Amino acid sequence: MAAISIPLHSEPNILSRLLGRPTSAAGIAVLVIIVLAAILAPVIAPYAPSKLSIASRLHPPSLDHLFGTDDLGRDVFTRMLYAARTSLSVGFAVVIFSSIIGTILGLTSGYFKRLDAPVSRLIDAMMAFPDILLAIALVAALGATAVNLVIALGIVYAPRLARVVRASTLVIRELPYVEAARALGVPTPIILIRHVLRNVTSPLLVQGTFIFANAILAEAGLSFLGVGISPDIPTWGTMIATGRQYMDQAPWVMMFPGAAIVVTVLSLQLVGDGLRDLLDPRLAKDI
Amino acid sequence: MLRSILNRLFGMIVVMALVVTIVFVIVRVTPGDPAAVMLGPDASAADIAALRSRLGLDGSILEQFGRYVLGVVQGDFGQSIFLGEPVTSALAQRAEPTFFLTVFSLLIATLIALPVGILAAYKRGSVFDQATTTIAMFAASVPSFWLGLLFIQFFAVKLGWFDTSGYGGPGASFADRLNHLVLPALALGLVSSALITRFTRASMLDVLNDDYVRTARSKGMSEWRVVLKHAFKNALIPILTVIGLTAALLISGAVVTETVFGLPGVGSLVVSAVLRRDYPVIQGALLVIAGLYVLVNFAIDMLYLAVDPRVRY
Repeated sequence: MAAISIPLHSEPNILSRLLGRPTSAAGIAVLVIIVLAAILAPVIAPYAPSKLSIASRLHPPSLDHLFGTDDLGRDVFTRMLYAARTSLSVGFAVVIFSSIIGTILGLTSGYFKRLDAPVSRLIDAMMAFPDILLAIALVAALGATAVNLVIALGIVYAPRLARVVRASTLVIRELPYVEAARALGVPTPIILIRHVLRNVTSPLLVQGTFIFANAILAEAGLSFLGVGISPDIPTWGTMIATGRQYMDQAPWVMMFPGAAIVVTVLSLQLVGDGLRDLLDPRLAKDI
Repeated sequence: MLRSILNRLFGMIVVMALVVTIVFVIVRVTPGDPAAVMLGPDASAADIAALRSRLGLDGSILEQFGRYVLGVVQGDFGQSIFLGEPVTSALAQRAEPTFFLTVFSLLIATLIALPVGILAAYKRGSVFDQATTTIAMFAASVPSFWLGLLFIQFFAVKLGWFDTSGYGGPGASFADRLNHLVLPALALGLVSSALITRFTRASMLDVLNDDYVRTARSKGMSEWRVVLKHAFKNALIPILTVIGLTAALLISGAVVTETVFGLPGVGSLVVSAVLRRDYPVIQGALLVIAGLYVLVNFAIDMLYLAVDPRVRY
């Protein structure tokens, strides 16, 4: 059973409390830098992302090429900046999409007792598939595009969010103020949105951060295998796939994108941990 | 007790039925005609019709579903389009590397995670605790396929301790095959140890302050007996759960790791099936792995019943 959060009054200054924790602050700082670098890629990047230069292929890191060049003489640093755009947007889109499906499923099964058993079994069945495997199968069925990758990963991660939302909803449903609203004849959709949904946002936020991290890892894995985003589009995963062939002569081509994944995922986990400690006091003392 | 077992059994059967349904549906969400997509634009109408019937795509959707379920129940997962053999035998041939890779990774992960997690909880707040917690979080952020590539570069290419890829030639000895599993299992096991470490630490912290632990201490019992016998035993259920969960995650990791190390396992079979749009193989692999997961979960639930008399379903 995942985090059951006892509804808290919403904290307006969650960000400032998060910044008060050194590890979370470090995570946020790194994430801000990475996001800015991705947004400002055309400004920061010293070269065009697909500028070929056979003369300077597989050059080691130097002042001209900070992270070296790849097999086609393209600047690795530049491509990493552009790759960050794809990897981060795919990850973020997956969080949004899976949150929508997960919230609908979780609210339904948590609030309506009759629907609980069937929806919960469906969630169990979806959780039985290993994430990468299910994503691969869905991408194979839908076609390998960035949008379909988001849909596939969104479907894969939705059940996890659904479980968290369901667990919280089960608790909130029984609270006096929800009962009072019901007794006053407040329509169910309003109760769900105004009272229940507002109070499941905390666990949703915590879980969403971890799913962001997972989605970045999964996208990298799928793109690396060649079953995700098209190899022509730079993502950290496709860059590692390219660099793999030249690992002997030019290890930097695969080293730097991999390091970018590690740093990004680690920062997301640090932020997620901080959020969990702040928003979910029941778990805070343990993990 | 019997009631709990029957309840769980019924739940498991329902979930299994849903798993079969999901696997059936996945291929049907393909936009357009999967047979036409597989054969390409130059295929004749007759060829497409023939492939449709081979894929079980002819007839109404209910007929298709009925046929599919009937086949699955009889252990018939259809024919691979490209391998020219039944999906079940293709899977069976590839099962060994995947099985051993998963088992060894889980073993490595558990052997690292249990002592580290227990000690970190015991010495809460110490340098050891902080260091291992940080390392665990770092390990959980490393893509296993990337770590695998680094291992190949360092241990296989630079030091020459292991072969860079494969599973030994045909007829390779068991020891030779095991040798090929060392690096992939290490890469996967190290990354997976993070989750188990964190959970072990957390559930040990939960019980270390409990009354019975204090009682055991005040009886003058030795520290390691208190920690291992009284505390660890009670922290075991959540740890078992997370080990089961990790086993499932490992299969996901195995898909990518097998490809990196050129292991001829189920994972690389699925990846090549996806690239060739060999739908029956993809479906069969999904079904077997998800089915195993459901069975393992059922077994873990039964284990709870045996370990903890308070558990009821």
